[in-house]
Amino acid sequence: MAKIEIKNVYKDYENNDGTILHAVKNATLTVNDGEVVVIIGPSGSGKSTLLRTVNALEKAQSGSILIDGVDIMDPKTDIRKIREEVGMVFQSFNLFPHLTVLENIVLAPMKVKKMSRKEAEALGMRLLKRVGLEEKAKQKPGQLSGGQQQRVAIARALAMQPKAMLFDEPTSALDPEMIKEVLDVMMELAKDGMTMLLVTHEMGFAKAAANKIVFMSDGEIIETGTPDEMFKNPKTQRAKDFLDHIL
Amino acid sequence: MEQDNFKSVSEIKSKVVSVDNTESKKEPTVITMTDGVLIPKKSNKHLVTSWRLTFFGALILLISLCVFKKDVYWKIFIYVITGLPTTFECTVFAIFGAILIGIATGLGSSSKNRVINQICGVYVELIRGIPLLVQLMFLYYALGALIHIDGIVAAIVALSICFGAYMGEIIRAGIQSIPKGQTEAARALGLSKSQTFFSIILPQTIKVVLPAIGNEFISMLKDSSLVSILALSDILKRGREYISRTFLSLQTMLVVALIYLILTLVLSRLVGLMEERLHKNG
Repeated sequence: MAKIEIKNVYKDYENNDGTILHAVKNATLTVNDGEVVVIIGPSGSGKSTLLRTVNALEKAQSGSILIDGVDIMDPKTDIRKIREEVGMVFQSFNLFPHLTVLENIVLAPMKVKKMSRKEAEALGMRLLKRVGLEEKAKQKPGQLSGGQQQRVAIARALAMQPKAMLFDEPTSALDPEMIKEVLDVMMELAKDGMTMLLVTHEMGFAKAAANKIVFMSDGEIIETGTPDEMFKNPKTQRAKDFLDHIL
Repeated sequence: MEQDNFKSVSEIKSKVVSVDNTESKKEPTVITMTDGVLIPKKSNKHLVTSWRLTFFGALILLISLCVFKKDVYWKIFIYVITGLPTTFECTVFAIFGAILIGIATGLGSSSKNRVINQICGVYVELIRGIPLLVQLMFLYYALGALIHIDGIVAAIVALSICFGAYMGEIIRAGIQSIPKGQTEAARALGLSKSQTFFSIILPQTIKVVLPAIGNEFISMLKDSSLVSILALSDILKRGREYISRTFLSLQTMLVVALIYLILTLVLSRLVGLMEERLHKNG
């Protein structure tokens, strides 16, 4: 398992009209080994951007991001090694539509870890069983419901046996009746002690599973606290306003 | 004040939650160029009917002419049809050439390297701006001044270079039609750039561009008639030879036109069937 330390991270975007958008400003955040940290906040507050800097899908401009003490912003760090160890689940699943469910899962272990097909498929079937979809192994992602696709996406990320997992709004593209099945899988993971950093609007999940809640607004981390502190007694007015709206 | 505006939970959610499920629900992109719109598919009844009328009309006309006016049309037909292998040879070899050039150009145009990108852009602009007939003659006479070059080789090279430019655009559009999330997911799993390209992007691109390549094949079959100016005995050239011997201009050109028509109609139906099958396999 792993520890994620984000220190003074900045990320700017240049808009089409040449103005600079400060997506993430001076973010500092630590996810300890085995902890579940949930980032909440209004749309456009930089939550997803911050999450995506952790596996360098977005390159932060300054600051440092350490995973088990290795700075991923150091040009000497092999970013592919980091990505092997940090799994990611996306809002829009991003399963590979031309491959079957099982092929989706075994692809990275075989290509990146050079696992044999037999070994990878055994692992794949174990993971599919864990997310309750072993009977879908031979189907294409297009034949699955949104909730099932997201569970496959989680299994795919787990197949690399990551030390930590990032979730970028994993249930936001799902119909309401499918959200629970995905959250259940995530809850299992959290119980198993996986280090998790996630962006979500599922406050029920945040309350039940998070060790820490981070509230972001306008690119800044405004407040950090335990779920109890956050939901019952937020310190800042902005966090209070946001929670009043969403709960 | 603001809170009063929110009536229900769903309204609040729609205000706060950013839902972007467009990507996962988007229909697969189909790229259509040149002849693409005229490919008859089951879903377009009107076009299928038009196709049937034209195809069987042409076929019946050609057969009855050959049967009932055997001394004129049958003679023309057996003379002209000997050009078919040349026409096919040019088309088939040139389509492979065009695909190879097209993959290189398509990759080059989607490359982040400015120089490669510009070279590909200029190539496409250059080729698109010069008529194929002019390109053919230029290549034949320009190369001919330096080295001895066979008509058939000149024809295949010229057709490949010309169609390679269009093919490049098709492949570029195909690569760009694959959602960015696919690359992100592959890279997030630790795949390298080239692994991502060959395992994730290319297989999906092929599916998207295959129908468009089929269309280009049909266009090329028709445009291959231009090679008849290079002293190559394709269908059109054989027809013109026959005219110069017999002065049966109208009759000969009628047969030539019908042969081309039947060939392209058969091919376009085949491309249509292939497209339907691709869609069925999801």
